[in-house]
Amino acid sequence: MAFQKYQSITELEKIAYSIRKNILISLTEAGSGHTGGSLGLTDIFTVLYFNIMNHDPKNPKWEDRDRLILSIGHVTPVHYATLAESGYFPVEELKTLRKLGTRLQGHPGREHGLPGLELSAGSLGQGLSVAVGMTLADKIDQKNRTTFCICGDGELQEGSIWEAAMSASHHKLNKLITIVDRNRVQIDGKTKDVMQIEPLADKWKAFGWEVLSCNGNNIQELIPTINKAKQASEKPTVIIANTVMGKGIKSIEDDYRWHGRVPTKTELELFLKELY
Amino acid sequence: MDYINRGNRSTKDGFGIGLLKAGEKHKNIIALGADITASVGVNYFAEKFPERFFSLGIAEQNCVGVAAGLALSGKIPVFSTYGVFAALRTTDQIRISLCYNNVHAIIGGAHAGISVGPDGATHQALEDIAIMRVLPNITVLSPCDATQTEQAIMAAVEQIKGPVYLRFGRAPVPDFIDLNIKFIPGKAQILKEGSDITLIATGHMVWVALQSAKILEEKGISTRVINIHTIKPIDKDVIIKAAKETKAIVTLEEHQVQGGFGSAVSEVIVENYPVPVKMIGMQDRFGESGQPEELMIKYGLKAEVFTPEIMRFISLLNK
Repeated sequence: MAFQKYQSITELEKIAYSIRKNILISLTEAGSGHTGGSLGLTDIFTVLYFNIMNHDPKNPKWEDRDRLILSIGHVTPVHYATLAESGYFPVEELKTLRKLGTRLQGHPGREHGLPGLELSAGSLGQGLSVAVGMTLADKIDQKNRTTFCICGDGELQEGSIWEAAMSASHHKLNKLITIVDRNRVQIDGKTKDVMQIEPLADKWKAFGWEVLSCNGNNIQELIPTINKAKQASEKPTVIIANTVMGKGIKSIEDDYRWHGRVPTKTELELFLKELY
Repeated sequence: MDYINRGNRSTKDGFGIGLLKAGEKHKNIIALGADITASVGVNYFAEKFPERFFSLGIAEQNCVGVAAGLALSGKIPVFSTYGVFAALRTTDQIRISLCYNNVHAIIGGAHAGISVGPDGATHQALEDIAIMRVLPNITVLSPCDATQTEQAIMAAVEQIKGPVYLRFGRAPVPDFIDLNIKFIPGKAQILKEGSDITLIATGHMVWVALQSAKILEEKGISTRVINIHTIKPIDKDVIIKAAKETKAIVTLEEHQVQGGFGSAVSEVIVENYPVPVKMIGMQDRFGESGQPEELMIKYGLKAEVFTPEIMRFISLLNK
């Protein structure tokens, strides 16, 4: 039995607000971690888990579930907060993030037993290959489900991503959807200054992918774009989702310094008031 | 007992035939190819089961990740390429996507050792044991001949749950292992009893160790010979027993001795029952082009070359 899907944009926005709030609380409690990317991806995770994906928090290993691979393991706080919001585990557990003995490791680690995680990941450039393997298995088994892979735009500088991209189109994996978190910033600064990845759509096209793009912080745009990607009949699809790092808190939006830092307790109070 | 060479065979062919047999029995085995399928033994499987063979091109990192994805979906992926690429180019993918996720995937490390021959240093895997055995959750197999390699891949499919690195060579070598000895992962095989010294060998060097033992016996040195086909987890009991019952240990490998098989055996000995150890293997050097036989002689991996060294080692012990 699949999880209930929410159709109302207002409802989904409320869910996104709650996930962002829990990301901020858990990261402040943890004292370290990646705030900017987690907030930037919240709308995408909300749409996937509350509108698009077939999954069941009560039966995380349901064999017909859609699968989500988070290739950029460092933004796992948004994944944890979304899984908790969906009911995979209590929201209260988010406060154990990064602490000794936790199921919520700094980068996702399945061996610690958190339900809903498909992959232990964190070394950039590996997740897309794993997603290719999963989709290939489904193709062999003639399963009709979808595999989603979330990649960062900085991550696309890893050569192994393009090995994976080439193999997905070669094997006609139309049930694979990659979402690129195109926030244009990485730890050292702007992506265009660290290592230019444009023309990005042309690169994916050249590698044999269907390319879509949308505002990755707009739920109303995300839903039809992902649904369109699910219709692909032969090629894998990439969605270049233009996002804003730190989305939801005006004072930190698009500030690359928030890639790898967390709020202080004082900042948390301000941010929770500011959050929209 | 005397071991008879039934005829030289490449361990690569053992891997290929073993994979074919395992594929006939287990329909969830999926083989991945990185362009060199025939030279790593995957061609037999690929020809028989084209629907279960996927070519992924010269892209080894992706192959390992794809293997992880297949394994997470209930398949048993087998990805084989030269050990230099399998273990070294993809170390990070093996560490995180396979080992940290602890999935049942089999990596074949072909072209192991200096006996690869004319291709030279770039293609001779001499560091793969050291790098693979340090990773948590992995099993490292290094069978001694073609027959044992067939047994090893079947065992890797049927008896092991996590990631496996299975090492094998290119040159035809004596096929001699007693067909009645069962292959049990983690269990060393005592091929010959002896009380003065123990030769502990892995891979191709097991046959060489038996040749060395013959020479030593002629000199009146009672020599035990142990085949360790599972380098990780290693059979500590057999090693400790040998350390207790014989005066010294000699390790033999077609691999760098630093961090490799000799180190693995020594770790067990120094922690449990310290006795002198001599390590025969590559001594911190790259290989080069040449015929396998020529290279084995030049780098001191033939019984006739290194056995006198063992004699000197023993004479020092007696002083």
